[in-house]
Amino acid sequence: MSNETQLPELGAIALVRYFWRQLTSMRTALVLLLLLALAAIPGSLIPQNAQNPMAVSDYFEQHRTLAIWFERFSLFDVYSSPWFSAIYILLFISLIGCVLPRSFEHLQATRALPPKTPKNLARMEHFQSWPASGKELELARIWLKAKRFRVLESEESISAEKGYLRETGNLFFHISLILILVGVLIGGLFGVRGSAILSQGERFVNNATSYDTISFGQITSENSLPPFTIKVDKFVAKYNTLTSAPEDYTLYVTTVAEPGAAPKQQVVKVNSPLTFGSTRVYLQANGYSPIVTVQDKVGNVTFQGPVPFLPQDGNLRSIGAIKVPDGDPQLGFVSSFLPTYARGSDKSAISVFPELLDPKLLFSIWQGDLGLDTGVPQSVYRIDTSNMKQIALDSLKPGEFLKFSEGTITFEDVVPWVNLQIVSDPGKSYSLIGGIVAILGLLASLFTRRRRMWIRVTDGEVQVAGLAKNGAPGLENEMSQFVSKLKGN
Amino acid sequence: MSSQDWAYFSNYAIYSAMVLFTLAFFGHAFETAWAVRTPNAASETEGSLVTKTFDSSRTQKAMRIATAMMILGFIFLLVGVVSRGLSASRVPWGNMYEFSITGALAFTGAYLAALRKYDLRWLGVLVSISALLTLGTAITLLYVPSAPLVPALKSTWLVIHVSTAIISGGVFLLANVIAAAYLYLDNMESKGQRKVWAQRLPSLDDLDQLSYRLVAFVFPLWTFSVIAGAIWAESAWGRYWGWDPKETWAFITWVAYAAYLHARVTVGWRGRRAAWLCLLAGSTFLFNYVYVNVWGTGKHTYSGL
Repeated sequence: MSNETQLPELGAIALVRYFWRQLTSMRTALVLLLLLALAAIPGSLIPQNAQNPMAVSDYFEQHRTLAIWFERFSLFDVYSSPWFSAIYILLFISLIGCVLPRSFEHLQATRALPPKTPKNLARMEHFQSWPASGKELELARIWLKAKRFRVLESEESISAEKGYLRETGNLFFHISLILILVGVLIGGLFGVRGSAILSQGERFVNNATSYDTISFGQITSENSLPPFTIKVDKFVAKYNTLTSAPEDYTLYVTTVAEPGAAPKQQVVKVNSPLTFGSTRVYLQANGYSPIVTVQDKVGNVTFQGPVPFLPQDGNLRSIGAIKVPDGDPQLGFVSSFLPTYARGSDKSAISVFPELLDPKLLFSIWQGDLGLDTGVPQSVYRIDTSNMKQIALDSLKPGEFLKFSEGTITFEDVVPWVNLQIVSDPGKSYSLIGGIVAILGLLASLFTRRRRMWIRVTDGEVQVAGLAKNGAPGLENEMSQFVSKLKGN
Repeated sequence: MSSQDWAYFSNYAIYSAMVLFTLAFFGHAFETAWAVRTPNAASETEGSLVTKTFDSSRTQKAMRIATAMMILGFIFLLVGVVSRGLSASRVPWGNMYEFSITGALAFTGAYLAALRKYDLRWLGVLVSISALLTLGTAITLLYVPSAPLVPALKSTWLVIHVSTAIISGGVFLLANVIAAAYLYLDNMESKGQRKVWAQRLPSLDDLDQLSYRLVAFVFPLWTFSVIAGAIWAESAWGRYWGWDPKETWAFITWVAYAAYLHARVTVGWRGRRAAWLCLLAGSTFLFNYVYVNVWGTGKHTYSGL
């Protein structure tokens, strides 16, 4: 195509047609397929906003300039980026353009009869001939019918074909891929996904304000949340005494499916979520919430309750922040919690086991402005101490209290917290059906052999031949069975 | 036996399997090398050209011994994998050490299964050394004491998802070895005749067909493994697909093999190009196994590899 003058003049419609034909060609589909694989790579090497937003912000701090360029090319959101979407949308258009016409063709082909027996069988593969005894055509008809071949008979010959299932499976496989994508699309449009941290004893009411994070699909509203409640009764974690690795997490809850319904006691594990209609509730993470009470100088309670702390390692050394905005001045406790307290080799406080064998709360007390009114979102686990000054540093065991210049802090107790992930994905059953059909179609298309067999009896001679499409193996065996049947063995 | 005893028993079985694979390797190496015969001085007086011939009849015995060692090694490895599972009262697929020994089992198993139908004994040298290297790496670098599973892995899907992934991996790698052999021999043939030792290896066409058949056979299983993983992820993590690095690379492998199958069946690629594409697809699987397990982040990395 180097010579431009050879290109025919194309009208607008012809041009569209040309591109359509290019797009739906197998070669283009193949290139798009490989391109999709290539495009998926950066998302596994560069931290992604959807999977790990903390790692993305770390990346921004460490490699500022590079991160800005990555951002410009959506490299922190590869799988929702315009270029990734462009590839898979083109691929699916190409797929539809390829599959639909083939489906119609195949539908017609399945109702059609096999083509006539070729004139010169001797030129075909697996050709054999021998003197006729007269019964061959009848025997052939019975054998081919019993083997469920589709046959076209004429006076002196039979043409038979089998293995249409190959194309049927092939088409079902490709159509089911489209179904999987439809499922993903429905999930994206109508789904809801959120999470909430609950300390043991707390109750979750399923409305948007109860969530720590929540994201709605494009066409979902807050009113669509089913009105269930979950009360966290007890959470039990078991750990291996040698390796500290978790062995079992069990969450006991009391659920009410809708206001007025009878409460139900249920158990949630990592691999068995709660189900409310199309919404499921998963146990995702856990940690410890120290329960503390803070009183001011005259004894008024300014803060009381469990504060979830963020685990930092396998032995659940956790960090957290107790913020008391209602006092004057405001108070903040920059804290860490150790379920089994010990001193590390560098004299720092560490935890040596994730269970509560020797719990200890360490904190520094700060007074000043917590900065909660600035409008800048803050981490619940950290305190911005830039406008505060440190007034004390201490540690407490459960049941102990500390008096300091601005009041008293009591470390009442410690309870576990759990992070519940609440997901509604109405599209997933479509994707599941798509997945199952895809495998069945794939098996049918890869393991069915399409082949033709012919027999002709002329001038006292029997001629047989066969043809395997795509060079599929196994026809030799079938031909020899056929021949031995005809010879009456 | 206590769980500790089972763990030791498993280690001894694995060490024994390594010894047997070593013997199989030497057996195969010996029979390949000794079958090449240099003509004795009397018969080569005529010309200056020394033609070596290949006579495998005199090394038949070595070949048979090597295959027997291979089968024994497989059995010992099987015992090692099963007793590793018994030591922790669970399926032995909880960490990378266990994936590696099971992967070596699947790989040698795929070779021995294929051996029943095709004469693949020429591959024995490569298969035994690969199994040996995998086991060696596993027991020296990746070994962790036997321990119960973390809660996220406690599911029936572990058995289904991981076993199908490991079997697929074993067969993909076998197809890769054959594709590599194809490229090597193709290169040799393009420079003239095959070297003497290589003359008994299958024809290029047969190699091409064989690697295609292995991939076509195992691609549905791999598809199933990915979908089983998605179903499990839905019940454990609340989403069936989340572009976790492992998922992403499983998808890349799937797409690469899909492209390979299309290239062969629909576009009609054969030979070199198909072999390269097969190698590319297989290397995405290896990358997923090594990179994502060792250096990667995401939900598929568990403590202690």
